Amino acid sequence: MSASTTASSNSSISGSADPLTKDGQPLKRSLARALRREKLRALFLIAPLLIFILISFVLPIGDMLFRSVENKIVEDTLPGTVRALASWDADSGELPDEAVFAALADDMMLAQEVKIHTRLGSRLNYDQPGISSVFRKSGRKIKALDNETAQAGFIAIDPAWDTPDAWTALRSMAAWPGKFAATAQSWKNWEAWYLSEEKEALDPTTTVPHGFTYAALYHDLASMPASDITALANSKNTTAVALFKQLAGKIDTIGNDDFKAQFADIDKGWADIDNWQAIQRLSPRIVDSYFLAAIDAERTSEGIEQKPDNERLYLKLFVRTIFMSLIITGSCILLGYPVAYLLANLSVRASNMVLILVLLPFWTSLLVRTSAWKVLLQQQGVINDLLVWAGVINEAGRLVMINNMTGTIIAMTHILLPFMILPLFSVMKTISPTYMRAAKSMGASDSLAFWRVYFPNTVPGIGAGSILVFILSIGYYITPELVGGTTGVFISNRIAYHISSSLNWGLAAALGSILLILVLALYWTYDRIVGIDNVKLG
Amino acid sequence: MKIIYGLTGAFALSAVALAASAADELPACENCVDELTIVSWGGAYSNSQIEAYSKPYSALTGVEIINDESSNEAVPKLRAMNEANNVTWDVVDVVASDAIRLCDEGLAMEIDADEQLAAAPDGTPASEDFGDLLVSDCFIPQIVYSTTFGYRTDVEAWGDNTPEDVCAVFDTATFPGKRALEKRPINNMEWALICDGVAKDDVYDVLSTDEGVTQALDKLATIKDDVIWWSAGAETPQLLADGEAVIGSTYNGRLFSVIEEQKQPVAMLWDAQVFDLDGWIIPEGLSEERKNRALHYIKFATDTQRLADQSKYISYGPARKSSAPLVGQHAELGIDMAPHMPTDPANATNTFLYNYEWWADNRDDLDAKFQSWLAQ
Repeated sequence: MSASTTASSNSSISGSADPLTKDGQPLKRSLARALRREKLRALFLIAPLLIFILISFVLPIGDMLFRSVENKIVEDTLPGTVRALASWDADSGELPDEAVFAALADDMMLAQEVKIHTRLGSRLNYDQPGISSVFRKSGRKIKALDNETAQAGFIAIDPAWDTPDAWTALRSMAAWPGKFAATAQSWKNWEAWYLSEEKEALDPTTTVPHGFTYAALYHDLASMPASDITALANSKNTTAVALFKQLAGKIDTIGNDDFKAQFADIDKGWADIDNWQAIQRLSPRIVDSYFLAAIDAERTSEGIEQKPDNERLYLKLFVRTIFMSLIITGSCILLGYPVAYLLANLSVRASNMVLILVLLPFWTSLLVRTSAWKVLLQQQGVINDLLVWAGVINEAGRLVMINNMTGTIIAMTHILLPFMILPLFSVMKTISPTYMRAAKSMGASDSLAFWRVYFPNTVPGIGAGSILVFILSIGYYITPELVGGTTGVFISNRIAYHISSSLNWGLAAALGSILLILVLALYWTYDRIVGIDNVKLG
Repeated sequence: MKIIYGLTGAFALSAVALAASAADELPACENCVDELTIVSWGGAYSNSQIEAYSKPYSALTGVEIINDESSNEAVPKLRAMNEANNVTWDVVDVVASDAIRLCDEGLAMEIDADEQLAAAPDGTPASEDFGDLLVSDCFIPQIVYSTTFGYRTDVEAWGDNTPEDVCAVFDTATFPGKRALEKRPINNMEWALICDGVAKDDVYDVLSTDEGVTQALDKLATIKDDVIWWSAGAETPQLLADGEAVIGSTYNGRLFSVIEEQKQPVAMLWDAQVFDLDGWIIPEGLSEERKNRALHYIKFATDTQRLADQSKYISYGPARKSSAPLVGQHAELGIDMAPHMPTDPANATNTFLYNYEWWADNRDDLDAKFQSWLAQ
């Protein structure tokens, strides 16, 4: 390193050529090459670990966290509806127009065929309670929708519309798919539906699409200015020219099936503007709704707002989780410090015995230890019985020590205590007894010598233990679930609920991301205040 | 935890004898694998299924059955398996509300009851024999259980009063002491409204409004300080046995074992018991051979005799109407099981019908409100 800087500074001052090595290479390049080889070799050695961490840790966690914003299910399930709905003004107070309902009918026809409509329903239900049954019910009845009015209308104008040639001509036009966005989407749906229903790919030279696609074509044409249709009649394709010449001026006679009314008959949920607002709000492929829910907020027509009081939960739980983790860390320091001190200052033989006592509970099943606390702490439990027997409290005044915050703090302090004692012990063991003797020989009292000499030397151990205990406790959920009652549960209990019970993985991922950010922020603060270099794990 | 057993020795002989009558009716399974992974809840419940269904089935077909006790995390695991495109389970035992969820998510296969399930011995098609219990297209009902209350019979503070109806839970003046309730809104909200004067038929209409939710929570708030909230079904029996709670809700089978098997001073309060269902689903995405085997097993395991056999081992009612007359005695205790069934006429004088559809829609919303209320 210093050689290369000297070399470069030399060259810049004298302006002469770079110094060369024996084999005539410039020294700088040869050094760099040697260093690069070193680095590559080091990288090669840690590659297995790196790849392992990447594959088994970073990627899955990244994938899970990405779910907190990912939302492609709406557009994937209802592509035509999402497209048609984009132009709807959600605050207009009116339901979307018929074109949207026609697209919905078409999308739902395909979705129920491949059985994904209920999945979308349960996704939307997280943000819009009640919508899942709207989708579930509609799936069963969608096949019965009248959908052939538009088709009949086209055929009445020109029987050629009943032939595959008409569609082949339409699809070969320059204006396809640009001018026929709804029809093109509907055609894709039709192809997918055909594949699923008939188990073979569609042959467009022999089949005409179902009524929904004619309805989409009608809505595409109805939304065009008349001049556009005249322009289409000037296409190079002669079949198309014939078709559109016939159509010009007659679009109004085609008619449609009034899907809006039919959907309202299937389920009144389709006539509910709130549901449509939810679908529109959740149309983008990346949404913030999970993160908003995770901080007790929601998006309303007036923007982002706090949820009503009786639905707020998560912020409270985040605060409680951090607060209780701090208390648990504090209790661990208070209880663990004397034990570690004892361990460090006993004879090797005796300290090994104590160490085993410290580790023994560590090797016992977590559930057994937690259940043991239940036996001890409950109102008809050992401690209360003893206190009543000793006359400290009377029968009516039995203490409530479990199924609340106290229970969680006691049980978790016990469980996490070894994580505090062990780093403290390893740090204390390295503190030479001569320091204390020196302090005392210079006239310090016992307590002064302890606080001014011994204690500062143990701070790295306290730091390491605190970080371990704090980070472990912030993510705990089994113990709080068992002994926490209602006031002693953590945010992780809700994450577990959303992963395993409500299946709302997006919200679980959002809560998890926030928890991760909180931990990183606290770690950063800790580093700024105490300095991470001052942490010793052993 | 997995227990594997196959066709071995003495057990096979006895099982063959036991199932001899069924052998004639069980057609061979065509194009099927010879291995089946069954997922259930474990404990006494899994045992009852192994004894009543799996052993006879293995004996008849020689199929190796692998029992996996993961039902309590079946829903997330099935979703993960489905996303990874590697479904390793063939038949999964879940409660009805989970079956609806799995069906909605496209994780469970749809079943045509009349095509794929056995008819009753008198020829009644399966769809009629199961009746209303076919709550989802993917769900094959197996047992009816109920969530109901048990209370201690030796509480001094109660004097001569015994709880006669569910509203005793909310009456802390007459019946002081801790109550054990499940830490979720389902059932608790309904009971609260019923005891707040809402007619049974109107409960879900009321609960659909914000005022109704507030009304139910307010009613629960009157006993909030006296409640121990449980999350596992085994907690209430333990709390009752310890005297930690004096009255508590749980599944009727758990109370049966506290009362009849462990002889604790506990009695059943059947009033306003809420029926729920447990049954099978077959995961979506199985190969043709595995699907055939799973269907073959299901058809056997949910026929009239097999469902009645299960009630020898556990006090849950068979889901088929035609099984009810065949319910016999407990295999070990030798007591008649019929009076312990939630469906027994004497127990079912006042029952509450749980609305699956309503809860499927509102569960997440109500749960948020309920948990927020709990945290206050």
